[in-house]
Amino acid sequence: MTTTTNRGLHRFAIFTACWTLFLLVAGALVTSNDAGLAVPDWPLSYGSLTPPMVGGIFYEHGHRMVATMAGLLTIILAVWVSRRESRAWMRRLGWAALGAVIAQGLLGGITVKFFLPPWVSVAHAAVAQSFFCILVALALFTSSWWQSDVQVIRYSEHPPVRDRAIKAVVAIFIQLLLGAAYRHHALGLLPHLLGAAVVPAFVLSATSSTRDRRLNAAPALARCGAVLKHVLCAQLVLGGAALWSRLSTQHAPQPMPVMVFFTVAHTAVGALTLAAAVLVVLVSYRVLGPALPGEVNASPSPMTGQESGAA
Amino acid sequence: MKARYLYAVLAVSLALSVTACGKKETAEEQPAKPAAATVSAPVDPATAGAITGTVKLDGAAPKAQRIRMDAEPNCAKMHSTPVMDEEYVVGDKGALANVVVYVKDGLGNRTFDTPKETVVLDQNGCVYKPHVVAVRVNQPVEIVNSDPTTHNVHPVPTNNKEWNKSQPPKAEKIVETFAREEVAIPVKCNVHPWMKSYIAVFKHPYFKITGKDGAFEIKNLPPGEYTLVAWHGVLGPSAEQKVTIGAKETKAIEFSFKAQ
Repeated sequence: MTTTTNRGLHRFAIFTACWTLFLLVAGALVTSNDAGLAVPDWPLSYGSLTPPMVGGIFYEHGHRMVATMAGLLTIILAVWVSRRESRAWMRRLGWAALGAVIAQGLLGGITVKFFLPPWVSVAHAAVAQSFFCILVALALFTSSWWQSDVQVIRYSEHPPVRDRAIKAVVAIFIQLLLGAAYRHHALGLLPHLLGAAVVPAFVLSATSSTRDRRLNAAPALARCGAVLKHVLCAQLVLGGAALWSRLSTQHAPQPMPVMVFFTVAHTAVGALTLAAAVLVVLVSYRVLGPALPGEVNASPSPMTGQESGAA
Repeated sequence: MKARYLYAVLAVSLALSVTACGKKETAEEQPAKPAAATVSAPVDPATAGAITGTVKLDGAAPKAQRIRMDAEPNCAKMHSTPVMDEEYVVGDKGALANVVVYVKDGLGNRTFDTPKETVVLDQNGCVYKPHVVAVRVNQPVEIVNSDPTTHNVHPVPTNNKEWNKSQPPKAEKIVETFAREEVAIPVKCNVHPWMKSYIAVFKHPYFKITGKDGAFEIKNLPPGEYTLVAWHGVLGPSAEQKVTIGAKETKAIEFSFKAQ
């Protein structure tokens, strides 16, 4: 086993991550259409693999089918990584992804069997976001960029980007939990609204530090920061639209398409915001390194994936 | 070292997810309240009285909203005219339908035999008929699917056992009972999210559901002082009213809900 870039594996990891985003959208459609219990049994649907795809059954069984596919893709990815990767931590990460998708499937089953207990539903949403981030990380770690001679910026006192980005990840994750808690009626709207006021401060602090002039030699970090900032802006707009659509249709006899659209988009872009912040953290680990012994000033130096422990 | 830090970040996010896991209490887990001494004294028809009245909506009723069944052709094709939601059904002079008027207090420890006849809740045209039903504790409720499409029947009680059953077209009737008094249990179909009904469950027979004239009559009440409440699916319970009736006496009262 050698750690050479495997394009096929990298593309497959990207595909699995994209499929997982699709899975998140499918899950959000279930919640927004109030279809979580449209199929009373689990793991089968109406005792079958092919129930009538009508009304809420379309969303709930569709979500199960997309999830099954995500599980199969993750099995293939974990096995592929374990066979091709010499980096032990990568093999462990592959199995962690598989563990996460299995846990996620079981949580999904519990939500059906126990009539959507709010905090189990929140956990289901949270593991979904974590699983998506693991797959995004796997896609990054299998890229040729990650495994190539990347110019590492060495500082005796490193710029604050990494710490700020980690804080942004934690803040976004908590905000996603609060959003899920609101959607699943575990908490009211206020905590999520307060989070929406606080999270941008953490994110903008992280993205501004990616533009630190000392990081000019690491354009990848600045690019990730820019992506994070733009995704956050889109997320804030979608959050406002989702709230407006929810309030304006609250007396409707059923979930209205405008509310479903904005809420699902808000959920999906929330996942992208978290993933973008995770990328900033990971890339900062890749391009920033501690000063070598005897080195005082910043001096960008090439470093391979092997040298950095590929992180 | 870096890899360890990375693992720590991932582990914390996963741990946060898993610890968010909780558990919903169900009625099954609640300890049963100790039963008080009960009296199965029959009501003497020679002295029994009645309470009559009307329920009104004070103010303009919200405009009834159209239910959109486009996503389910099996439902849409059963209606030639638009189907409106039944949360507010208002008749002449603000008379409010689908209100459960019931005796909340005043019967003491009297007990009543459970009726054996079933109360039917039909899924017809992808709408629950009737919109509100009232039954006695442990009285059978028969749920029928008259539609050519699959439904799921999902009561969401707070004081009874929650259940969720599928009912394909031409499937067997679902017959269920509710063991505890509860006003009222929302019933949902998650396949068709506009479908909503309510089942009110009582320990006694002193309740009525108003029709479009908003009128009710609770008969065969033994003389005494009673507390009455009117309950509406959206507006909730009304203020309580105390009524004292003597032998063979009939008293009239009126409930009024403020439009929201």
